[in-house]
Amino acid sequence: MISTMRARFMTCLASAALLLAACCGVAPQASAAEAPNPVADAKAFRDYFTKKFPKVKLEDFVNGPYSMNEDMHRQWEEKEQFPPYEFALEAGKEMFAKPFKNGKTYADCFANGGIGVRQNYPIFDEKEGKVITLELALNRCRQANGEAPYSYVKDEMASLTAYMAFTSRGKPMDINIPNDGRALEAFEEGKRYFYTRRGQLNFSCATCHVQSPGERIRAEVLAPALGIMNAMPIYRSEWSGMGTTSRRFTSCNSQIRGVPLEPQSDEYRNLEYYLSYVSNGLPISGPGARP
Amino acid sequence: MSGRKHPIVPLAASMLLVASLSCAHADGSDADFKAAYAAADTAEKEAGALRNQWTTTESTLAAARKAAEAGNFEQAMALSKEAEALAKASIFQATSEKDAWKALEIR
Repeated sequence: MISTMRARFMTCLASAALLLAACCGVAPQASAAEAPNPVADAKAFRDYFTKKFPKVKLEDFVNGPYSMNEDMHRQWEEKEQFPPYEFALEAGKEMFAKPFKNGKTYADCFANGGIGVRQNYPIFDEKEGKVITLELALNRCRQANGEAPYSYVKDEMASLTAYMAFTSRGKPMDINIPNDGRALEAFEEGKRYFYTRRGQLNFSCATCHVQSPGERIRAEVLAPALGIMNAMPIYRSEWSGMGTTSRRFTSCNSQIRGVPLEPQSDEYRNLEYYLSYVSNGLPISGPGARP
Repeated sequence: MSGRKHPIVPLAASMLLVASLSCAHADGSDADFKAAYAAADTAEKEAGALRNQWTTTESTLAAARKAAEAGNFEQAMALSKEAEALAKASIFQATSEKDAWKALEIR
């Protein structure tokens, strides 16, 4: 009975929130004919955060919540002495070097043997006409060499991407949008996903990471969206373990009471493309550690 | 002799009547639940096609199924209706957000 009443209350709450959103200033402001302009979008994105947080150095945004709060920053500096992602990093290095059953390795699938290339992912594959993330590229490499793909949300993938990120530390994010209408569309779709409210809580990614970075949501300090991909994958104390970008996206959706999409769905790939592009120029800091 | 009823007959008849009434009641509730559940399930599938399902809709649908399995059709009906309302709210959200997201965009 109580659960039924609670469900009714939640339904009413959800309906009221949606009605309010529909009535209060969410009408489109931009002209539908506005041409996509990723360069202008990235500049506006960066300007928004640098104006909102004038004391934070641009390259420090990649440290997420630790860039928002002095006490937390000190905490992070101490944490970095014995980083919790170290075990994953070592495991990833070993996994990366270990040959597949056919004798080849991950190095055979990537430019420069996979070392120092993380900053270029996601890439847009013009043959396929789709975004290829690092996680997807790693699993495709495995499958091309007769190995079973890894789960996108578990430790093996997190370890591999942690190692690859580490080899790119300090390199500026460098995502390319080729002169291909489909690439531009993927960028636009990623942007749309980022700003679209979803889940019963009626939150978009931007609700937390654009409107409220530095604010607390329960005990957590929200990270700014600028540079948020540069720290992936991350060790989260909340998870007591490592998490991939796929894990981050799916768990964010669950937290706002939305059913997550399948990892590496087109939507998530496009979202990663958009978020990475708007952080171009900021250094790779992954693997990261978060509360 | 032939006109004399056995004392058990009225009792048996009453029991049959009660049993048939309760069966009819159970069937009716079951049918009502099935109709309510189907409506909720259809709405949830529509939300799925829009890639915008809510976890609460899913859990409410699961609770409705569980209540029906336990024979509590009244609760199962109520939960199905809740689930349908939730699914419809998620459809409304997905539809309105087709354009509304632009209002949040950094420019």
